[in-house]
Amino acid sequence: MKKVINFTLNGEVVEHAVDTNKTLLKMLREDFELTGAKEGCGAGECGACTVIMNEKAVNSCLVLAVEIEGASITTIEGLTLDGILDPLQESFIDNAALQCGYCTPGMIMTAKVLLNENPHPTEEEIKEGISGNLCRCTGYKKIVEAIEKVANDNEE
Amino acid sequence: MKYVGKSIKRVDGIKKVTGSLKYVDDMKFSRMLYAAVKRSPYAHARIVSINIEKAMAVKGVKDIITGDHYKKRAGLYLEDKNFLAVGKARYKGEAVAAVAAVSEDIAKEAVKLIEVEYEELTAVTNAIEAMKPGAPLVHPDLGEYKTAPIFFPKPGTNISNHYPLRKGDVENAFEEAEVVIDNKFYVPHVHHVTIETHTAVAQMDLDGSCTVWASCQSPFAVRQALSEAFDIPLNKMRVLSPAVGGGFGSKAGTTLEGIIIPLAKRNPGRPIKLTYSREDEFENTYVRQGMHATIKTAVNKNGKIIGLKNEFVWDGGAYNEYGVNIAKAAGYACAGPYDIDNIWTDSYCVYTNHPVGGPYRGFGMSELQFGIEQNLDIVAEKIGISPIEIRLINGLKPGGATATGEIVKISGLMECIEQVVEDINFEEKTESSKPNKVRGKGIACGWKAPSMPNNAASSAIIKLNEDGTAHLLVSVQDIGQGSDTVMTQIAAEMLSISPEKITIKTGDTDHTPYEWQTVASRMTYSTGRAVVEACKDVIDQLLELSQIKLGLYKRDLELRDGYVVSKIYPDRKVAIGDLALGLTFEDGSGIHGPIIGRGSFIPPNIRDADKKTGLGEHPVAYWTYGAQGVEVEVDLDTGQTKVLKVASCFDVGKVMNPQLLEAQVEGAIVQGMGTALFEELILKDGVLLNPSFVDYKIPTADDMPEMVIKFVENPEENGPYGARGVAEVAMVPSAPAIANAIYDATGIRLRTIPLTAERIFEKMKVLKRGRRGSCKNN
Repeated sequence: MKKVINFTLNGEVVEHAVDTNKTLLKMLREDFELTGAKEGCGAGECGACTVIMNEKAVNSCLVLAVEIEGASITTIEGLTLDGILDPLQESFIDNAALQCGYCTPGMIMTAKVLLNENPHPTEEEIKEGISGNLCRCTGYKKIVEAIEKVANDNEE
Repeated sequence: MKYVGKSIKRVDGIKKVTGSLKYVDDMKFSRMLYAAVKRSPYAHARIVSINIEKAMAVKGVKDIITGDHYKKRAGLYLEDKNFLAVGKARYKGEAVAAVAAVSEDIAKEAVKLIEVEYEELTAVTNAIEAMKPGAPLVHPDLGEYKTAPIFFPKPGTNISNHYPLRKGDVENAFEEAEVVIDNKFYVPHVHHVTIETHTAVAQMDLDGSCTVWASCQSPFAVRQALSEAFDIPLNKMRVLSPAVGGGFGSKAGTTLEGIIIPLAKRNPGRPIKLTYSREDEFENTYVRQGMHATIKTAVNKNGKIIGLKNEFVWDGGAYNEYGVNIAKAAGYACAGPYDIDNIWTDSYCVYTNHPVGGPYRGFGMSELQFGIEQNLDIVAEKIGISPIEIRLINGLKPGGATATGEIVKISGLMECIEQVVEDINFEEKTESSKPNKVRGKGIACGWKAPSMPNNAASSAIIKLNEDGTAHLLVSVQDIGQGSDTVMTQIAAEMLSISPEKITIKTGDTDHTPYEWQTVASRMTYSTGRAVVEACKDVIDQLLELSQIKLGLYKRDLELRDGYVVSKIYPDRKVAIGDLALGLTFEDGSGIHGPIIGRGSFIPPNIRDADKKTGLGEHPVAYWTYGAQGVEVEVDLDTGQTKVLKVASCFDVGKVMNPQLLEAQVEGAIVQGMGTALFEELILKDGVLLNPSFVDYKIPTADDMPEMVIKFVENPEENGPYGARGVAEVAMVPSAPAIANAIYDATGIRLRTIPLTAERIFEKMKVLKRGRRGSCKNN
């Protein structure tokens, strides 16, 4: 069964008929071909599917698509405006904060919300803020540094 | 140098931070079908019958296959597996049937309707028991299996490989020794936990060609395995690996590709996709084997180890096609990076009804060194010297000999130990500000050699473009380690053009050149050398044409910033782009044609060890040595351990990209810490009890210690710019160093991992009951 929903996706107003049992993650990946958000566990435990919903970071595998009626959704693809990388994206590259890249989109989206809510986090706050996003490659050090760097630039 | 040795930014960075890189599960094809798998609920069971009638009747189901459809066995070193169980299931979760349907949901629904009748058999769930005569056999037909001639299965038993090493006179050493110490250690199964699960798409066309898109580390090895298993000639078998979301060994061989190819064969023109769930990933992909170690040490009072008697029993699980080689690698490395004259080692790979063991970052070295490095500390304490002294006395130095008797040419081990001792401030005891917490420091060494066939080959192709840019074609897969960037740096350095002018292409067996496998920490060394050779070929062709163009001798020409330039008259030069399609004369005629460089490499003179003694003068390409020092804090009220700081130092030959190398070691340390403190696949009667992130914890950002990463650079003879591999070995010392630090802090030595709060707490209770005060001196 499908239901028509209206929402904003990466700044564009969208009307879309979606299966009522489909998750937001599946809808983004399958219906809109926005594959930046990844499924790492399908159970809200790894954070690879993180997107921004009404200024909050959410595990899109735990949100039913029909729940986003009227909401504003931003995915990693919506973070790059007019071909210009977000400072976080730049910083992840500059600080070698990515390796295989699979957790990277989710990690950046979580970091984006973290900095929006708290522009000058301490190292501990960053660690805690991203502790719902699993990364097996980096050991997290360079990810924390990449986020710190953007936070420090915020200060200047 | 301009590019090698510099922290060049990742060439795959933009695609990865923008989410635009397409991994296999991101790919969608027209008319695609989705597969789902019926799995055995028993660890060991005879398949009596399979009824697919009800499942086939579901609307949208296109096809269902069982093991009866493809009975040919496959396997990398030992052909012992079927992609779908034939006759019996040998582990809980083994595939017994697979469905292809128009949607994933329908495929999963149909799987539930497949009816399988089993006759449960006694499960073999302990590798030590499995070796005993009379144990139920996991593979009664072992004697009929095809195997590479360097492995020695014992038909009629569960032993899939036995590697013996016999050096010197061990009995005499134990008689002469002033102290003899016996220890046992156990390392449980753990999982790689790549964030991307295994996934593949297969398509068969009516012309007989088969295309597989797989998240795999080794497209050529996968092509070879699938070609043999399904009788598809190599020219019709194409494997592409567009991106890999983490490997650590788990994606080195074939796992799920063989399940979907039979479906693709029966449904030509329809791509079939299979993506594993996280639960599937934990149960049905390679796991790190469990290992039981017995280490008996003969030592003199001055700390010199004179004899070693070891037994390693690897719990290889249901299929040991890859695991047999881990037992062999452990044989080569059986003494650790220590110089010991008399050694008697037996390393066994053993079948059990456990998940399938396979390659995992370290390829046996983490499991081995977990025991060896703790044993050293126990020995040192017994004879009254420090953990540092015993390592300095026995550690391998140039001129020393490895367990197999190979004379060590290069070893920076001593420098590495001294560096980490300084960086962790080993001699100085620090104290926690909290009364219920104690601190301790530990050290451990690590070493590893690439474990691979002696003739494991690499190749590279460089195509020069008219504008002076170039394409670099290789088949090392960037699984996160940064090989795309390092290979680009090497080519940029050699050709003297900036890295931005080079585009690297990988992972397509039809279009990129042969690479044995992306494993064994051999890529910078081996593929890197192939890239060097390909560049030399390009340079030779460029200089050949330039000497005609410029009227100067080849020997006086060199490449500089996109030009062939005279070393004597720098103003006489020609842009390399102008020669990319050959040399054109003033009358418009031309010679030579497009410049394409070709490079191949096989590490020279690696020979098998002797079958009977396990000894060999040069059985591996090189050894990478290093050490780590650790400081921990243990909460005496809860048993909880926090790793405060890790100092790491490895002899990498040459640091190719400081930032990426540091990042790789940081990842390795945290992965090692996970295995030390909380990771374990909990198996009960062959059933995995914790196949989820809720119950199988990996480290989060909160767990990260302070890390000090250093390197020494004693160049490797055949490596590009002197480089050797370090990707895996960087995690090897982490777990034993943490175990040694916990002992230093608390006096508790558990001899198994993970060192969970619960286990430490329980042990503290026992020790407190037995004796007041310090519980040291286990």
